[in-house]
Amino acid sequence: MTKRGRRFLMFVLAFVFVASAWELYKAVGPEEGGTVLGMRILARTDDRAMPHIWDMFARFGDPEVRGGEESIFVVVLRAAWYSFRCSLLAFVAGSALGIGLAVLMARFRLFERALMPYLVISQTVPIIVLAPLIFSLMAYQSRELAEKTWLAAVLLGVFLAFFPVAMGTLRGLQSTPAAPLELMDSYAAGWWKTLWKLRFPNAVPYLAPALRLAGAAAVVGVTVSEISLGVRFGVGRLILSYGQEATSDPPKLYTAVFGAAALGLVMAAVVMVVDRLLMRNRPPEAA
Amino acid sequence: MENPMTETSQAAVVVRDVEKIFNQGKPNQVDALVGIDLDIQPGEFISLIGPSGCGKSTLLRLVADLLEPTTGTITIHGKSAHQARVDQDYGMAFQQSGLFEWRSVERNIELPLELKGWDKAKRRERAQEMLELVKLPEFAKHMPWQLSGGMQQRIAIARALASHPKLLLMDEPFGALDEMTREHMQAELLRICAAAGTTVVFVTHSIPEAVYLADRVVVMSPRPGRITDIVDVGLGRDRNELTREAGDFFARVTEVREALRGIELADQARGIEDR
Repeated sequence: MTKRGRRFLMFVLAFVFVASAWELYKAVGPEEGGTVLGMRILARTDDRAMPHIWDMFARFGDPEVRGGEESIFVVVLRAAWYSFRCSLLAFVAGSALGIGLAVLMARFRLFERALMPYLVISQTVPIIVLAPLIFSLMAYQSRELAEKTWLAAVLLGVFLAFFPVAMGTLRGLQSTPAAPLELMDSYAAGWWKTLWKLRFPNAVPYLAPALRLAGAAAVVGVTVSEISLGVRFGVGRLILSYGQEATSDPPKLYTAVFGAAALGLVMAAVVMVVDRLLMRNRPPEAA
Repeated sequence: MENPMTETSQAAVVVRDVEKIFNQGKPNQVDALVGIDLDIQPGEFISLIGPSGCGKSTLLRLVADLLEPTTGTITIHGKSAHQARVDQDYGMAFQQSGLFEWRSVERNIELPLELKGWDKAKRRERAQEMLELVKLPEFAKHMPWQLSGGMQQRIAIARALASHPKLLLMDEPFGALDEMTREHMQAELLRICAAAGTTVVFVTHSIPEAVYLADRVVVMSPRPGRITDIVDVGLGRDRNELTREAGDFFARVTEVREALRGIELADQARGIEDR
């Protein structure tokens, strides 16, 4: 079997394993939950708390609301596609911002020293706090902006995505070995030429894993902001509203969760393609 | 070009009264080089040899204008070292081949030409010419990491010579190679430089290598770095594997070795204070 085939098989097996564990616990676990030393540790296993896996998937075929025309599959897919486009935009813009900041920091030490602490602190601010803040700032500017809740979600995706890219790229730019730098010096090549011909290509192996983190961060930033702001078309909004129906229609919430997971998977695939393109022609041990 | 007489009679490299002091006036001051005078004629092959810390690599970097002398002047073909660097008048090769792993072999060789603004067709043509010179014409499209260490070093030499510089500066370029590859590379280097009439300044810490390659071996000593001896090799230009077994060759090796031992003895005589 090919390496790719084996990987796919492992991916499927992991899902089957988790699904089996879920169903196994549901079958043998206590219906009303359980306590250990007076603490509620064991989860309830009734159909409300833990719907059957097959019920979750079966739910995809039914309409979103009783008597509705579209199946929930179509609704979730559309929402996930909407959030995916927002995440992709956040990923691209965040990566560009991260690379730009890294170049500036590599060029001007003063810039690095001034900016770095703020960059690190910025990542400690919970996004759930930041989302309404950014949105109210936008809404204060104009009515038009007030309607673009998706833009606020994208901005927060950018806010999370740029950081790993900036750090990875900066590290790569600064780890250029002395010998090739001396070589570029012997050609009397200036800083920007050296950046383009040497430092930047040298940073690519550091950039590739940073992009993987940025892809995940963009998805988290966008979907969490969607939940926080209630962005109308996003999958985050579905999770929020389906969650409110969790007691009457438990599998429904899981359809939105699967939608969000699929969005993450597609993003991971996109990042993998970018990674392959960047790392082609590189020594195999570095790729 | 207007005056061909001075052009031909002009020295390739002139080092006058050069001194290089790092961290001047600070407690960690190092007198890397003092009182360096050296004239190198066009087409001449010069080896710089000496124990570590004698400043041989520093001297090479001063000629390359990668470092600036504290005092004194360095002239390359009548220009300042700085102007020579800006004009890319010399090629350079280091112990690490320093090939860019993301560029194919031919694009590595093209790098200096790219920086000079040559168009692509001309670059390709020159790269192919250089690959034939180093006898690796079929590896143009390979990536550097697909080649052995010796082949990588040959590509680095091809890159250093790509713009047909009249001067080649080399810092222990064969230091990381095994003995067999090394001897082979030495012979190749002599063939290539003789064909192009290139002047070479070659830093090494191998005595046989210095003697086999050079017209003159410059012997240096540390603390402070200075030139203590210049050995005329006088083995002629036509050197081959038999040269390595010739009596004259051994005589010169012995001469260089004794010059180096003199440094060691002087060092010991100066005694414990230095340690």
